[in-house]
Amino acid sequence: MGNRVAIIGIGQTHFKSKRPDVNIPEMINEAVRAALADAEMEIKGIEAVFTGNMETFEGVCHPDHWMAVESGAFGRPGMKVGAAGTTGATVVDEAFHMVAAGVCDTALAIGYQKHDQGNATGALTTCCTPVWGAGFAVGAMQEFAKQALTYMERTGAREEHAAMVRLKADYGACRNPYAHLRLGLSSIDEILQSAYLVWPLRILDFCPQSNGACALILASEHVANRLSNKPVWIADMITVHQTQFRAGIYEDLTGRDPYSQEVAAARLYKRNGITDVRRDIDLAEIYEPSNWQEMTTYEHLYFCEKGEGWKMVEKHMTDIEGEFPVNCSGGVIATNAIGATPTVRIAEAALQIRGDAGERQATRDIKTALATALGSTNWTILTLLRRSL
Amino acid sequence: MEGWTIEQLEGKDVFVIEGQVAIPNNYSAGIVGSRFLVELRDNCRIMGIRCPKCDRCYVPPKSTCMECFGQLTEFVEVGKSGTLLTFTVDHHTTPVQTASPPNVYGIIKLDGADTGLLHLIGEVDGKAVKSGMRLEAVFNEERRGSILDIKYFRPAEAG
Repeated sequence: MGNRVAIIGIGQTHFKSKRPDVNIPEMINEAVRAALADAEMEIKGIEAVFTGNMETFEGVCHPDHWMAVESGAFGRPGMKVGAAGTTGATVVDEAFHMVAAGVCDTALAIGYQKHDQGNATGALTTCCTPVWGAGFAVGAMQEFAKQALTYMERTGAREEHAAMVRLKADYGACRNPYAHLRLGLSSIDEILQSAYLVWPLRILDFCPQSNGACALILASEHVANRLSNKPVWIADMITVHQTQFRAGIYEDLTGRDPYSQEVAAARLYKRNGITDVRRDIDLAEIYEPSNWQEMTTYEHLYFCEKGEGWKMVEKHMTDIEGEFPVNCSGGVIATNAIGATPTVRIAEAALQIRGDAGERQATRDIKTALATALGSTNWTILTLLRRSL
Repeated sequence: MEGWTIEQLEGKDVFVIEGQVAIPNNYSAGIVGSRFLVELRDNCRIMGIRCPKCDRCYVPPKSTCMECFGQLTEFVEVGKSGTLLTFTVDHHTTPVQTASPPNVYGIIKLDGADTGLLHLIGEVDGKAVKSGMRLEAVFNEERRGSILDIKYFRPAEAG
């Protein structure tokens, strides 16, 4: 491993359905200024800048060019990265590697999405190869619908459990001023009565399209200790890629099972001495565009035995007040500005470690947290954060 | 496996799948861009934005100063005339062009501005255009809130 790296600045916009008032550079600039204010730094203290989004969504060829001034990249080493849904963690990973390698002492990572500028589902149709996917491309929802059906058939989970996940998420979102959908749901019946979107997914089983940005400032150990009185240390990051064409093998019926999460988690835990996940990690912020994804992710990250994710939900173990809180922020099902979403997971996990999560702060003390990112056909980035190394 | 023959490559067995992606986009003009376009549409005024710290006037306006990273809010009207910094005469056609070729594109530093603005140059033969020449804006009668509400810049009358 390289040099120690900490998060010393966290900034995010308020996520909304529409942001017609700002263009992309102005929108990301809100997050950059918030991160700089949080770190009590000026832009001249930043040595390198990494930006990323789901590029085809907004119809801009070189978005990093548009925003070079507003992102802080003008006159600095900078790079635009793209890794589908995991992009928002990949920007952090790039910054992490640069600082860990000693190339620079500070780096800024920015994930963003301006969904109101394009058509995400239209853009996603080009994920399908024209040979094998012609005529079948419908975007993300169908993928998650197949996963929901398979999960019910395999584990005995019912729609009620998915509704419980949404209710938990909404409870967190209503306590998170940055969250997009804050519905004020009071019972699972409200969720179970919502219309089917792509069976068996209901409209309240799935995430919205949000607009917003999230920026993190990373620093080397000596800079972090000098500038920050509450650095959050990045203990480790890991990336595992996956192929589209695996349905039917690895006991995966849908091609949707996050095999890459299992592989990534096993490696991450091994090299960080984590043997009992719920004892050694205090909280997780996971990438769950659908409530069903949340339950399968518990299993793939070894939070519980296979087929028992829904039981953790039933026992309220992952509530804000629970013994192993997951997505106190309201998660992705409440807020999904895709390019920013994994950055927000890391940001929210770091805020929990700092004790700065306000009304959404977990009841138990959070010293170690895990943040996940999920992209395209389930490639994975995991980030392990600690209050001290 | 044997390679493809020329016959096959000419289309008998090698498939090329035609694709066309048409995705509608709605580009937000932004805080300063919207103000610029409204002034252009309603008042035929060309607005810059000034960084008081760096004493620099940006046209087109930006929300952040590229020198000091300051948040910029001070709009100032700049001249409708300016000096041509550089130009090109474009003879080929693309679907996004609004005028038929040849088109003269120039970068114009308007009076009071510190930066160059890209636009069309009209009412002049390409061979007669010279860097350093004085130009003035010609506005369209019907304006819709677009940079093309300025029809083009034309050589300014002496004096």
